[in-house]
Amino acid sequence: MIAPRIADIWVYLAATPLLGLTITLLAYQAAYWIYARARFNPLLNPVALAIVVLVTALALTGTPYQTYFDGAQFVHFLLGPATVALAVPLYAQLDKLRALAMPLAGALLAGSLTAILSVLAFGWLLGASETTLLSLAPKSVTTPIAMGIAEKIGGIPSLTAVLVILTGISGAVMAKGVLDALHIKDHGVRGFAVGIAAHGIGTARAFQVSEQAGAFAGLGMGLNGLATAVLAPLLMAAFRWM
Amino acid sequence: MLGALTVLLLYQLIGEVLVQLLALPLPGPVVGMLLLLLSLWMKGGMADRLRDTANGLLQHLSLLFVPAGVGVMVHFARVSGEWLPILFALLASTALAIAVSALTMQALIRLRGAHGGKDHQ
Repeated sequence: MIAPRIADIWVYLAATPLLGLTITLLAYQAAYWIYARARFNPLLNPVALAIVVLVTALALTGTPYQTYFDGAQFVHFLLGPATVALAVPLYAQLDKLRALAMPLAGALLAGSLTAILSVLAFGWLLGASETTLLSLAPKSVTTPIAMGIAEKIGGIPSLTAVLVILTGISGAVMAKGVLDALHIKDHGVRGFAVGIAAHGIGTARAFQVSEQAGAFAGLGMGLNGLATAVLAPLLMAAFRWM
Repeated sequence: MLGALTVLLLYQLIGEVLVQLLALPLPGPVVGMLLLLLSLWMKGGMADRLRDTANGLLQHLSLLFVPAGVGVMVHFARVSGEWLPILFALLASTALAIAVSALTMQALIRLRGAHGGKDHQ
């Protein structure tokens, strides 16, 4: 029998989910190793590093995104059960959450409106196209909710998914600096603010700081998902009317 | 671990079904999370059995965003054509949203004179 050539092996591997899945885990672990070696410097966010590595690898090998995603979707799928799992740390903080109902509600409303309106204002001032603006509006909420909102208000859902991730990375990178500059020390307040503005990636970053920050971030992410799903379509309708 | 994962998937499934049936504007997993929180509230013992698996998943939460993020390559033309407004609007708006949320929450806690504003480091 003739030994299969490299190209044949490549064709075989490209058709199975194994490759996409494995390179995602490898890229992330390498990125996380660098992040840990840099003493968790927020600028070396592991999500951003892993994405850069993977996009470069796919571009160099001429692999289409869809082929990669066929494998990587198994990782993507776990976002669902992980979102459900947020109920567990939330439950551990339940007494604290109930005692803070009013401040949480106020911060949610202010944060959610700021996230939507300011991105529209800055984008519009700098000349972003209308489609880009509509895709940007739900940028602070978790991917599945944001994509649903983008579709509803006339943005491009898959572009929104990317902008949401860029927002999460920016939030995870800037959170410490912004909150330290404002002298905000309470881990509950810090976590909640990051969850509102930077959803799951902010929440992942908050969990690295403390369980309390992580639980409040998870709550902020969930609640801002609800708030933005209601507010964004209403605000867009109001803008059109004006 | 297997039992806990089954519970999480079951709540996600119930969430997805409810969203479809009631035409809710939310994703299924978020509804599943709220239902699980309600169940834990009624029967706290469940939390002990879920804790290890939940923490395991949440510890690597950032990994789960990587596949969707790689999708940036599909929108490369639009993102690079409008990189300045996109980048500036994202960064400024995200920093502003963090600041406004945190300052509002802190001000409301102080206004009420509650004890929730202590440092828990």
